[in-house]
Amino acid sequence: MAAITMTHIVKKYGDGFPAVNDVSLEVADGEFIILVGPSGCGKSTLLRMIVGLEDITSGDMVIGGTRVNEKAPRDRNLAMVFQNYALYPHLTVFENIAFPLRLRGMKDEEITKLVNEAAETLELTEHLQRRPANLSGGQRQRVAMGRAIVREADAFLFDEPLSNLDAKLRGQMRTEIARIQRRLGITTVYVTHDQTEAMTLGDRVAVLRKGVLQQVASPRELYEEPVNLFVAGFIGSPPMNFIPAAVEGDTLKTPFGPFRLPPERAAKVQGRDVVIVGARPDHFEDAAMVDEGKRSSGLSFSGAVDVTEWLGHDLFAYVPFEAQADIVQQLADLSRELDSEQIRTQLVISLHTSSKITAGEDADLWLDTSRVHVFDPHTQENLTREGGPAGSGVPAATSAASTG
Amino acid sequence: MRFTAFPEHRGLLELPWSVPLEKWPAELLASYPRGVSRHVVRFVRIDGTVYAVKEIGQPVAEKEYRLLRDLERRGLPVVRAIGVVTDRVTPDGEPLDAALVTRHLQFSLPYRAVFSRRLAPGTSGRLLDAMAELLVRLHLAGFVWNDCSLSNTLFRRDAETFAAYLVDAETGDFRDPLSDQSREYDVEVATENVAGELLDLAAGDLLDPSVDPFATARELAPRYAGLWDELTRTEVVDPNEYGRIEARIRRLNDLGYDVGEVQLSEEDDGSRLSFRTQVVEPGHHRRRLRELTGLDVEERQARRLLGDLDSYRAAAVMPGTDVDEATAARHWLTEIFGPLTSAVPAELRGKLEPAQLFHEMLDHRWYLSEQAGHEVRLEDAADDYLRTVLTAKPDESAVLIAPDLRTDQ
Repeated sequence: MAAITMTHIVKKYGDGFPAVNDVSLEVADGEFIILVGPSGCGKSTLLRMIVGLEDITSGDMVIGGTRVNEKAPRDRNLAMVFQNYALYPHLTVFENIAFPLRLRGMKDEEITKLVNEAAETLELTEHLQRRPANLSGGQRQRVAMGRAIVREADAFLFDEPLSNLDAKLRGQMRTEIARIQRRLGITTVYVTHDQTEAMTLGDRVAVLRKGVLQQVASPRELYEEPVNLFVAGFIGSPPMNFIPAAVEGDTLKTPFGPFRLPPERAAKVQGRDVVIVGARPDHFEDAAMVDEGKRSSGLSFSGAVDVTEWLGHDLFAYVPFEAQADIVQQLADLSRELDSEQIRTQLVISLHTSSKITAGEDADLWLDTSRVHVFDPHTQENLTREGGPAGSGVPAATSAASTG
Repeated sequence: MRFTAFPEHRGLLELPWSVPLEKWPAELLASYPRGVSRHVVRFVRIDGTVYAVKEIGQPVAEKEYRLLRDLERRGLPVVRAIGVVTDRVTPDGEPLDAALVTRHLQFSLPYRAVFSRRLAPGTSGRLLDAMAELLVRLHLAGFVWNDCSLSNTLFRRDAETFAAYLVDAETGDFRDPLSDQSREYDVEVATENVAGELLDLAAGDLLDPSVDPFATARELAPRYAGLWDELTRTEVVDPNEYGRIEARIRRLNDLGYDVGEVQLSEEDDGSRLSFRTQVVEPGHHRRRLRELTGLDVEERQARRLLGDLDSYRAAAVMPGTDVDEATAARHWLTEIFGPLTSAVPAELRGKLEPAQLFHEMLDHRWYLSEQAGHEVRLEDAADDYLRTVLTAKPDESAVLIAPDLRTDQ
């Protein structure tokens, strides 16, 4: 077991472009951390530097208290999980797990001990003498994880392990990975471009953008207190709505009407003419579903709903709106960077499933303005964020303790 | 259904894309040996051409299509990607995964077919050499495979050796630059895969007992390292040793590589030079044969054919006349290569492809000449070869395989 500490890590390629730029991040012993971001954000490069597949241009990579910058991958004692997840149909489950150890020349008794231990962790003991064809999907994934476990590595590394799998298998595997990681309590770094995967798997999530670490926090904090427009737009599905607003004193004037900010928030916004209001789909509601008493604390407005989508446990309504051209352009650029297909000049609103609102009508809607965030359109910074410094990269004591 | 494709047979459009691949009617399918795959893969034959269809998520299918096309454009030995079928929907409106269509490589031998026959001595080493060379070539192009395995490779005979082709690029990527550690890791993954696949064959009683799975797998890394070093190492020479540079270039040509550039730099004290060569592209003999004859064959087959062409020219040129190489090549093609390879009866044409056939005829002549104690005419040797050797060979244009060898993993 080991902590992984990255200090001012930089990776520059021949053209001088920093693929990873001054990343400092500490992964506690036993912690499960996710590196997430759109393609080209540097997450895979960072992972390859941890494993040792890429040279580090500058900065320190420390694993288990030892600086490993110059160490070959095999001397770092890390396991890339699912580097090979082929299961061989004629080999028993035992041999499927054991053969890489035999290839390395390990002695039989040691192999037997390691495979039996791994099988116990993986709940595969009674299946060891079977062939893979007799296993369920989840069990088969566990066999593949067994190959990593018997290597007795200090940490597990995953590089988009689920991207080649179909949706059903992906869900199964996600559950298996989370379960085994908790059981082993092994330090784990997991790279994905999928924010849903990031939000459901990790103790903490590190969001990267163009090689720069944006924010490291628990999934909940990323969702509720994003540091900037990028993180706010990347995390959450459907994504956060961005609404341009003019600032007049303590009032924000949006295309859906004005609302007042409480004094301490108003103070943070002062000095700007225009801001971007960020509202999650669930910050909205059908006005008819909101208590009288509560309604006055938010913004009531009428919106032209052009489409509704009912997904069983969710009901979404889409409300197009007009906004200033320059802000629209900026939001479109952001959307492209986020690999998002979302057209940002419409609201996506989550309604209570019993709402009677239908497409094609002007609906009475309500926004809980106490929960929205306000962003500076130029620096993209979240002006109304609460809590500590953004991307400190140091794990919270609680998250390490809960898994370590 | 949407088919984004390279112009190819329109029959592909008429395949039952609204049906999951697993449920395609048997009469459409060609029975081919498959490796261990995570996905459903099927082979279909349309007017004599065989295609492989793999069902896979759309982003992965599109990525793999791009990578395969890109590798092919760079002249690397890969299967030809034909297209990606997306937006597949069943009649009930259920969406289906995308499908990647590649053209099946003719006269190729999957490892299961190769290893489960009785292997001639040295065959497994030659297969590993072919695999090592494929990895080296991919790495020189900046491509990291991440899942090199026997299942993801097809072999074609190339004179006395094999040429390996990449058939699955799903996990691969181009890197600029590709680090040494990544290359080593790629070889490590390949070694583990080969060991697992050979063990699997052994456990299924499908492996020639003379092959030791672990020992064989362990041979891959040194073979790879040897070739990589040969192609990329820096040498230090005295300024008067230019001959060594020429020798190095000849050696690389012999290995089938053309040298694009020689970089020379003075060592610190100026008394010695270090030089390294940059190989552009393998296929030295292959390109030369293609220029001369239009024949497109594997590298070592080309070397063999060029050898025969040279001796033909030497024998044909009368003292004092000057037949240029191109003219000699034209005559050789119409008088020697063409007639001999087309003398094969139609029912035997699926046994071996023409260039390999010619190579084996040359071998057979050598063998007969040794026995007879004098030079046997090539025409006679060829005739004897067709009657005594070729008829006994298995069909390689399409290696069909017994049902128990098929795997649906």
